[in-house]
Amino acid sequence: MRREVPLFITAIVGASFVIQYFIPHPPFNNLSDWFSDWFSIIQACAIILGALNLMKISFLKVKDKKPDWVYAAVIIVSFLFITIIGLSEGEEFRLPGTKFDWIYNFIFIPLSATMFSILAFFVASASYRAFRARNFEATLLLIAAFFVMLGRVPIGDLLVWFMPEGYQLSNLASWVMNVPQAAGQRAIMIGIGLGIVSTSLRVILGIERSHIGGGE
Amino acid sequence: MSTKVKEILAVIVITIFCLIFYIGKINGWETIEFSSTVSMVIIFLLVLSLVWILILTIKGKMIERRIVFLFVGIAVTLPLFMGISQKIKSSPEVVSLYESVDALPAGSKVLISFDYDPPSAPELQPMAETFLHLCFEKNLKVITMGLWPQGPQQASLAFEKVFSSEKLKGRKFEYGVDYVNLGFQTGNEFVIQRMGSSFKSMFPTDYVGNAYDDLPLVKNIKNFSNIDYCFNLSAGFPGTVEWIQIGVDRFGVLLGAGNTAVQAPQIYPYLNAKQLTGLLGGMNGAAEFEVLTGNPGKGTKFMLSQSFSHMVVIAFVLIGNVAFFMSGRKSQLLGNEE
Amino acid sequence: MSFKQLRIFKYFSFIIFGLIIINSSFVIAQDDVDSTALEVVDSLTLELQPQPATNVVAKDTPNDEGGSIIVSWDLSADDHAGGKVTQYKVFRAMVIDGEVGEYQQVGENTAGAVSYQDGNVDNDFQYVYKVQVVNSFYDENAELKEFFSESKISEPVSSSPQWFRMYTINTLIGVALLCFFIIFYINQASKGKDLFIRKLAGMEAVHEAVGRATEMGRKIFYVSGLGDMDNMQTIASMTILGRVSELAAEYDTYLDVPVCRSLVMVTAKEVVKEAYSKAGRPDSFKEDQVHYITDDQFGYAAAVDGMFVREKPATIFFMGQFFAESLILAETGNSIGAIQIAGTAMPSQLPFFVAACDYTLIGEELFAASSYLSKEPKLLGSLKGQDIGKGVILVALIIGMLLETFNIWNFSSLFSVIN
Repeated sequence: MRREVPLFITAIVGASFVIQYFIPHPPFNNLSDWFSDWFSIIQACAIILGALNLMKISFLKVKDKKPDWVYAAVIIVSFLFITIIGLSEGEEFRLPGTKFDWIYNFIFIPLSATMFSILAFFVASASYRAFRARNFEATLLLIAAFFVMLGRVPIGDLLVWFMPEGYQLSNLASWVMNVPQAAGQRAIMIGIGLGIVSTSLRVILGIERSHIGGGE
Repeated sequence: MSTKVKEILAVIVITIFCLIFYIGKINGWETIEFSSTVSMVIIFLLVLSLVWILILTIKGKMIERRIVFLFVGIAVTLPLFMGISQKIKSSPEVVSLYESVDALPAGSKVLISFDYDPPSAPELQPMAETFLHLCFEKNLKVITMGLWPQGPQQASLAFEKVFSSEKLKGRKFEYGVDYVNLGFQTGNEFVIQRMGSSFKSMFPTDYVGNAYDDLPLVKNIKNFSNIDYCFNLSAGFPGTVEWIQIGVDRFGVLLGAGNTAVQAPQIYPYLNAKQLTGLLGGMNGAAEFEVLTGNPGKGTKFMLSQSFSHMVVIAFVLIGNVAFFMSGRKSQLLGNEE
Repeated sequence: MSFKQLRIFKYFSFIIFGLIIINSSFVIAQDDVDSTALEVVDSLTLELQPQPATNVVAKDTPNDEGGSIIVSWDLSADDHAGGKVTQYKVFRAMVIDGEVGEYQQVGENTAGAVSYQDGNVDNDFQYVYKVQVVNSFYDENAELKEFFSESKISEPVSSSPQWFRMYTINTLIGVALLCFFIIFYINQASKGKDLFIRKLAGMEAVHEAVGRATEMGRKIFYVSGLGDMDNMQTIASMTILGRVSELAAEYDTYLDVPVCRSLVMVTAKEVVKEAYSKAGRPDSFKEDQVHYITDDQFGYAAAVDGMFVREKPATIFFMGQFFAESLILAETGNSIGAIQIAGTAMPSQLPFFVAACDYTLIGEELFAASSYLSKEPKLLGSLKGQDIGKGVILVALIIGMLLETFNIWNFSSLFSVIN
């Protein structure tokens, strides 16, 4: 039963989602709404599992003074601090002017923005290390990348000021984005779409079982 | 000086600069702007240092990644203080978006979905503000919503900024009649699907708690068939792809999109298939849209930083390839000698 | 009555009669004035009143779940640039036992519009509609003035749900064809037919990667991305995790699985535990191997980066749905010298993984990986069916390209699914 019940639920729910796409007549139109609502509820409840797991592991790390236990202590302190502040402010904890809102705007958002901005540096170092003209295809890719990088900023057209209107780097970049790049994206998207259909069918039919622990 | 000491020193220097800027902002100091001479000198020094790095690389000394980080940091930060302006040309996809909005008659209902969070705001917020500005200039009715939790908050910030702009300051916009913020709803693409039959089922109240039926602008809007145009600002999932797959393909909405620069290449196939009426890609798209609508803002202002950083990345790619060819030739020579 | 009384009565009558006459004249005059005013008002109204909309037709919205009626009309003759029309208002009334009820406004549309979808109807009743063409403006006293004309009433109509969305018939054919190929080849494979599958460099390197971690005595990290269990990429990642866990158990190398979603944590724990049991090492499995970090994208990236830098794993797997944090994770892994194998179906993140990782599974290779690693006939059969489907699409692309380039036929309309 441990394997059969999840497989049965998967088959029913998967088939319902496929059917509701084609059949609008009740009750099929409501099936996807019901199942997606139930999933949202389960997802929301499951967060408690994750939070408890995080606290348990961090607490054990601090208690046993394992390596890097200081970071675990920071997790526990900040988790409890924000939870207490949020709970103490009641239902309106997210409204502007509350302490929770202050923490969100002046601690959480700057931290997220800092992590996101690291990307700018990593893009440069990854490009410096990885963009090599090893062979003909790589050289072609490199040249296209140069044209697109220059064409997407105003300085690109400034460098080729002598070219007539319509033949500048920005026009070339636009052509690269609209024609060869779009063709490559389409090919990848078609492949991904086929892969998703195939994997979904295997999961619905119960052929693919690794995600529920595998086995026959 | 050991690496650890250098790291600590760098952190201290950056902290001091941040404190100086913060104190300056609090005390209302004048914004620093370099003169064109100073700007040219800085550019010359930057180019000189890149040439020096190239010479070092030819000599066989590889530079470490922290030098690359330093140059990127300089390329992004210093242009913010330069007063150099650039000519920004509009690309066809941006013009197409503008024309599709321009064709809407006064009173048309526009739905804007804010599907991003604060980290993506530098690219998408200028697009949002410019689009809202255009809608209000044309007397269109605006309804905003979000599939990301912070989306409606970004919408509120955009409304605030737009209403205080020079062109719209004198006009009165009534909440509930001219614009509405429906807020956030969880469920990702299922929200779009449910909105296809009923907006009210997904947004029984708006962002501030008003009942859906109490808002004159939306009370007669049942679903997408009562919306004249949709605009989606997207930084990931759920975003433009979901809006196209469900909103456009199933419910036939007219959709325009604004995406981060990383996501924009993925959207071009949909643009070419006419599932989108137009596309704004990254800060470049935002700057082009600002110039086209005659409302230059942050997008235009930050394009100089983007130009500089692109040039620095290209320079380092070239330097890296020089190093690669030099090492290739070296190993070839060594092989011949053997 | 005396003569005196008679005279008083006569005078009183004259007075009354006179008053009546005067009043009548006044009324008549007033009427004249009113009618003159009315004549003036009527001509002004006629001048400002727009021509009505014509040919109002109401019909059930096709391909829907019921509860919706589309009202369409021909534009008013005054609906043009500089014309008198500002908007169209749609009114609806219920028909009960042949009697038309009270009209109420159900919606409005701007000038130039020729239809309105009323989504608030009951399937059990009939409705009639009329369209009001409105000319509204502010006069010199800043007062809103509205002049309107009404159309004829439409025929009664009721809404009903349909059993099939006709515009999705091409999707149904495509999906049915693809499913047929997949099931056919699964059947063939089950019967013992040998199926060829090309090498996936990333999956060939899994043994080498796990072996490297064992030799160096360091950990293996498995990062399953930001997706939840409703995402196919995460499900594909879990299937690969099962195979990698089995190898790690055999080699007795510690496998660390930090996850971003609670449901993924529960599933991954089950998968890893089962894999350890299958490898004959159930005691080696530790509950803390699979642990939850946070749902937040950059919080997760920061935590995992910190673990990479402190613990310096020898091998890192990135399998699943990734977003902007992909390059942050991959570059950090590269900086510590780990061997990295990535796989994702996010087209925007593929270039970052290709630049920063040693091996990358591109798009559908992620979904093929579990079949590749297990070599199970049924799974290989589904890959073959998927490939046949791809072949059909390729042929359709070539045919379509030729037909449309030479303007023979609009072949792409066969694949359109817009309602």
